[in-house]
Amino acid sequence: MVTAPRKFEFELVSPEQLVFSEPVDMAVVPGADGDFGVLAGHSPLISTLRPGVLQIWQGDVVEQSLFVAGGFAEVNEERCTVLADEAIPVSSIDPGAVTLEIEELEAELPGEDDPVAKRLIESRLNIARAKLWAAKVPTTH
Amino acid sequence: MPSLKDLRNRIGSVKSTRKITSAMKMVAASKLRRAQEQAHAAQPYAQRMQGMLSRLAANYVVTPASPRLLVGSGADQVHLLIVLTSDRGLAGGFNSYVVREARRQIANLLVDGKTVKVLTVGRKARDLLRRDHRERIVDSLEGVGRKKLSFSDATMIAKAALDRFDSGEVDVVTVIYNRFKSVMAQVPTQLQLVPFQLPKAKPANDAHDKHRGEAAGPVPASYEFEPNEEDILAELLPRNLAIQLYSALLDSAAGEQAARMTAMDNATRNAGDAINRYTLAYNRARQAAITKELIEIVSGAEAL
Repeated sequence: MVTAPRKFEFELVSPEQLVFSEPVDMAVVPGADGDFGVLAGHSPLISTLRPGVLQIWQGDVVEQSLFVAGGFAEVNEERCTVLADEAIPVSSIDPGAVTLEIEELEAELPGEDDPVAKRLIESRLNIARAKLWAAKVPTTH
Repeated sequence: MPSLKDLRNRIGSVKSTRKITSAMKMVAASKLRRAQEQAHAAQPYAQRMQGMLSRLAANYVVTPASPRLLVGSGADQVHLLIVLTSDRGLAGGFNSYVVREARRQIANLLVDGKTVKVLTVGRKARDLLRRDHRERIVDSLEGVGRKKLSFSDATMIAKAALDRFDSGEVDVVTVIYNRFKSVMAQVPTQLQLVPFQLPKAKPANDAHDKHRGEAAGPVPASYEFEPNEEDILAELLPRNLAIQLYSALLDSAAGEQAARMTAMDNATRNAGDAINRYTLAYNRARQAAITKELIEIVSGAEAL
């Protein structure tokens, strides 16, 4: 016996604009310690995000999947807010371009003598790899 | 007494000046609208982040292990001032107000025996501050958001400031910019970015804050943190710095266009007044010349 589905307010915000703000049934958020699903009545939570795919569920289908490069998520009694650095629909990722970007970044990767630059390039590499992975894995379940 | 030809030339040149200023006013007005739209679109993120920070801060106890962006470097000897101006002039007092504020702040800090470093954004800040503070300017950025301001411009400036803080080069970072109060008024404002002042939680008078909505919303008893409070703050604070810079940049960009629009509006009106004055003088001179010629003819005829 399934209780009647209850929707909750979900917001996706990027620094430049409010991307998405609607009641949804479920959101799957790529948290830093693993993906977590948010349903109505979720306990209050603040989490950082890792580069990954954010899924917005309406009923039993994924209505939207968006790639986020990182950011924060906050869940409270009223709503779930995701502050994303960059949010792009998975369908608009071009795997070819991302592969190229990865190759370029790998070529740029400096040695141990410049740890700051190395960390910077590595984090961009992580984002690019996650993006490529997101583009290749079919998102419909 | 200028000749008729001089006056005619003068009227012609003021008329073409008026054409230019009125065109600049139109351009500034349309750019202003775009800048305001952009500033408006950026608001939700800044608001949500403020909300999140204040809820984090509500139960947060500052410890020596807290992120350095919050507790500071333990000193306040070296101050970094980020001065935001435009690249172009002809915007009334827009740039000089900010620069005056910056000069005042530099003087105050120097009196207190602090070391001051300046990072200028926009060509005008560099040009105006270079005269008496050349050796304090550590970096100058130009052409920021020439086409369209983007968040990456803000992260770039934030990174420049953070690198200096992390390496121990500076202790306090403050941004000085024009806050966009209204189209008619831009207020030179100082905002301290590092060390960051956590929004004060006010549990005592929370009751009447409850109606104010999002930013000062009710503070729930307990949040779970993933991975943990410290790590989240360590990520949130640099991001918040970039966001605050981004809003400052957007405010400054909108203010620049507003100031230019007002300045050009005044200039257009002044040009109109000048044209009227010159036209009057021109007509007087023309009539005087006619009268003079007539007198010459009449007195010539009488002499015969």
